[in-house]
Amino acid sequence: MKKVLMGNHAATLGATLARAQVVAAYPITPATQVVELIAEMSAKGEYTGQFLRVESEHSAMAALLGAATAGARCFTATSSQGLAYMHEMLHWVSGARLPIVMVDVNRALASPWNLWTDQTDSLSQRDTGWLQFYCATNQEVLDTVLQAYKVAERVSLPAMVILDGFTLSHVYEPVEVPTQAQADEYLPPWTPERRLDPAHPAGFGALEGPKEYLRLRHRLAQDMERAEDEVDRAGSQFGRLFGRDYSCVETYRCTDADTLLLTSGAVGSTAKQAVDELRDEGFKAGVVRVRLFRPFPAKSLRRILRRSQRVAVVDRNFSQGQQGIFCEELKAALYGLEERPEIYGYVAGLGGGDITVELLKEIWREAADGQGEKLEPAWMEDPR
Amino acid sequence: MKTSIPETELMTSGHQACQGCGATLAMRYALKGLGEKTVMVLPACCWTVLAGPTPRSALSVPVLHAPFAGAAATASGVKAGLLARGDADTQVVAWAGDGGTYDIGIQALSGAADRDEDILYVCYDNEAYMNTGIQRSGGTPAGAWTMTTPGKGGSPRPKKDIDAIMEAHHPAYQATATPAYAEDLVRKFAKARAIKGFRFIHILAPCPPGWKYDSERTVALSRLSVQTGLFALYEIEAGRFRLNMNVAARKPVGEFLRGQGRFKGLTPEAEAAIQAQTDARWAALDARSRAA
Repeated sequence: MKKVLMGNHAATLGATLARAQVVAAYPITPATQVVELIAEMSAKGEYTGQFLRVESEHSAMAALLGAATAGARCFTATSSQGLAYMHEMLHWVSGARLPIVMVDVNRALASPWNLWTDQTDSLSQRDTGWLQFYCATNQEVLDTVLQAYKVAERVSLPAMVILDGFTLSHVYEPVEVPTQAQADEYLPPWTPERRLDPAHPAGFGALEGPKEYLRLRHRLAQDMERAEDEVDRAGSQFGRLFGRDYSCVETYRCTDADTLLLTSGAVGSTAKQAVDELRDEGFKAGVVRVRLFRPFPAKSLRRILRRSQRVAVVDRNFSQGQQGIFCEELKAALYGLEERPEIYGYVAGLGGGDITVELLKEIWREAADGQGEKLEPAWMEDPR
Repeated sequence: MKTSIPETELMTSGHQACQGCGATLAMRYALKGLGEKTVMVLPACCWTVLAGPTPRSALSVPVLHAPFAGAAATASGVKAGLLARGDADTQVVAWAGDGGTYDIGIQALSGAADRDEDILYVCYDNEAYMNTGIQRSGGTPAGAWTMTTPGKGGSPRPKKDIDAIMEAHHPAYQATATPAYAEDLVRKFAKARAIKGFRFIHILAPCPPGWKYDSERTVALSRLSVQTGLFALYEIEAGRFRLNMNVAARKPVGEFLRGQGRFKGLTPEAEAAIQAQTDARWAALDARSRAA
């Protein structure tokens, strides 16, 4: 059924269609409506799982550590400071190999206070062992929550589904909502091998020595690496059932393009508009939208990007002392190749500044002219 | 012959505790009251180590290790997860030290109590961060030496009144216990197990290396803590207060304090002040018990 939904509610419906059995959450702008809708559905009896109104984000993820170890499918949502406050727990649950799914609504980190979108909150968590998906539309948010469970449970790792604060979270778009029967067909119940069960007492998370610890981390790394193919597989399976295909990386008008905009999140949609206009003006422009950030889809990107191309990476995030994070990751992924494209880094839209079609076209033209700076990121301000 | 304490052992030998560890006695008796349908959630504390490294475990019930600040929240989640799987019967216990309760874990503890989570939260209180090597916590009494209160006079502040803090959350059941009174401790755990809602048990657990006494004196000190009135045994059920051990002739607090190296620097004036505070607190508890 087609509904007009805000991004936050699309996320909620993804979780309830996935039959998340335990939800623990704490309010934070701009993610609050994700859990408000679950509370409302719970009060009406439309959601029959356990809903815990915890007193902090740290406790939200601690509660899900307990619930998932007991064998329940778990969900939460947060943003920005809340995600940062949860940091310790993010490492904990990935080490515990629990396929928890969390929605993060991108919002800039304080200080100073800022409510609007940028990706530094989620990208600060890149080394926590969570899969990270960046969505471009509200439809993709709902669909990705379902796919995130599928992949997370296959590789026994937690997954973060990320959407832009306000730009997607509070914007209403038409969304095709699957029926429960369709969702059930795609996503069967989770049946963990081990769980907390007094009939089979076991210790979870007890002290390990260096040798076993390293082996466990290596095994986690291998499963994380495997996730790149699993995301494509889960995306194709989704396409066969629902008619909407997904992969790690989305390409748009790339086949004969000489210069590409590479970006993520809702900017990926704006970039398509910019490329359409550039094409109308006779330029060979294309868009690469990186949907999966962890694991970093190096295999897909190595296949897509060619030596003859120039790539302008648009980062709505920044790693202080380095550069835009997607740019840095892309350079690392392509480093070993003998033939690789020129890469230019652009930082824009931090703290919610608009990344407009005009700005993206300006970036594209600079890169296409070979005028971009190869070593330092260019900081782009919205001229308006 | 019927014993006054169940013979079932859910804690095995081979645990990693120091000789004379009060927290180990507490766990052994607690499990006798709780029974095998129990899940134990352990935040960072001595018991993180005592339970044994992977793949060994000294407990015959499932154990989930949790981060320092998260015992009560993790236990809340375990309960929700078990309910989601159709298991309403298993008892979920958060078993935390004083640091994990009085200090870093108090937010999650307050939240879980406020939500009336159907869990039992146990604080085994050895009155300092003992697992990290004796640093002051909110549970450290005034005058006690620790590695972070090494100066003359020891800890400058009185022990935080965690029981009053928890009572202000209106828990379904609340009690104090200490291993010297084993029947009382086991009875309280068995009773707590049968009550639904949030329950809190505070155990005073003597610690030979942290309190600096010879390990054979653990039970004696546990007993003296009650007989001097420093640690009162009581329970509060649905708001009704009951003193379990009305010590008619309380011993001087010095009998508990002396012989513990951590109080070596205590002046006679400081000891007299502790005696006066203990007398005042006891009078209040006694009056409250009579009123109830």
